[in-house]
Amino acid sequence: MSYLENKFFLIGLTFIIYVASQVLQRRTGIAYLNPILISIAVLIAFMLCCGIDYETYAEGGDYIDFWLKPAVVALGVPLYRQLEAIKKQLLPIMLAELAGCIAGIASVVLLAELFGASREVVLSLASKSVTTPIAIEVTQAIGGIPALTAAVVVCTGIFGGMTGFKLMKYSRVKSPIAQGLSIGTAAHAVGTSAAMDVGYRYGAFSSLGLTINGLFTALLTPFILSLLGYTV
Amino acid sequence: MILQCAVLFAFLAVGELIVWLTGIPVPSSIIGMLALTTALKLRIVRLMWVDKVSDFLVKNLGFFFVPAGVGLMNCLGLIKAEWVPIVLASVISTFVIIAVTGWVHQSVRRIMSSRHELSRK
Repeated sequence: MSYLENKFFLIGLTFIIYVASQVLQRRTGIAYLNPILISIAVLIAFMLCCGIDYETYAEGGDYIDFWLKPAVVALGVPLYRQLEAIKKQLLPIMLAELAGCIAGIASVVLLAELFGASREVVLSLASKSVTTPIAIEVTQAIGGIPALTAAVVVCTGIFGGMTGFKLMKYSRVKSPIAQGLSIGTAAHAVGTSAAMDVGYRYGAFSSLGLTINGLFTALLTPFILSLLGYTV
Repeated sequence: MILQCAVLFAFLAVGELIVWLTGIPVPSSIIGMLALTTALKLRIVRLMWVDKVSDFLVKNLGFFFVPAGVGLMNCLGLIKAEWVPIVLASVISTFVIIAVTGWVHQSVRRIMSSRHELSRK
């Protein structure tokens, strides 16, 4: 086994590439040089060049992946800090989340079908807007491909985080609460970290959006798919 | 920091326990997050016991997604074959969600506040 397959080397490499990507974004000031995206691209290029397969990388990568679950639990803190504001607007928040969840699943399924995706790919895309652990469980339950879901979820999050606030300007989503909710609903935890950069309040409502959409998606996806004519 | 981690992982463990007992198809982390918020609200847990580790994790959330993203290399073939529907559907759907969620929230609030005004008169 070559040294390049050592898991501590691979973990160290992931950290170094991420830090370098952050520095690159800060130095150049180009928002599109998203550190998550750059890191993924550089790491994949490195693995392909050195002939290392994903399973070998995952032996190290799993130690980083492990922290996703505690990090989602940690989102309970920003949520707690905004609890008063949430209570005041429970009805608008719940209706917005319900609409966003249904619109999201229906649109991605119908569009993928329209553009000619195969059935398995369509099913793998249904849960693309929620955080990885939920999305993968939903995909397994309905018979999609979990690896594809994981990849699409991360890309959707990065894309939503990068472009979300610009799109809100065009679509006249103005209030800070609506903006936070929207980005969390569309782009889960990656969107939430973009919202945190804009302001703590945005981030808190974004974590609320990702939570409620996560719950709705877990509960409603099979039902919405069967309404769209998929037997799951 | 050890206390902070202890609290955080205790709530994750509670989430795992609830999933294990009930078998509900909701991730343990989401249940742990809701349980943590509830415990903070009921003052079972103090904010100062858990704020430092939480702020650290929340601030660096993006980094923890990198390994899952590298998993992309495992389905390069599938993506190559169907990248057009995958990319178009995901991109357009993301726009749809942002607009619909934002619009519904703003309109419901507007309707509710105008009703509030009416009832005052």
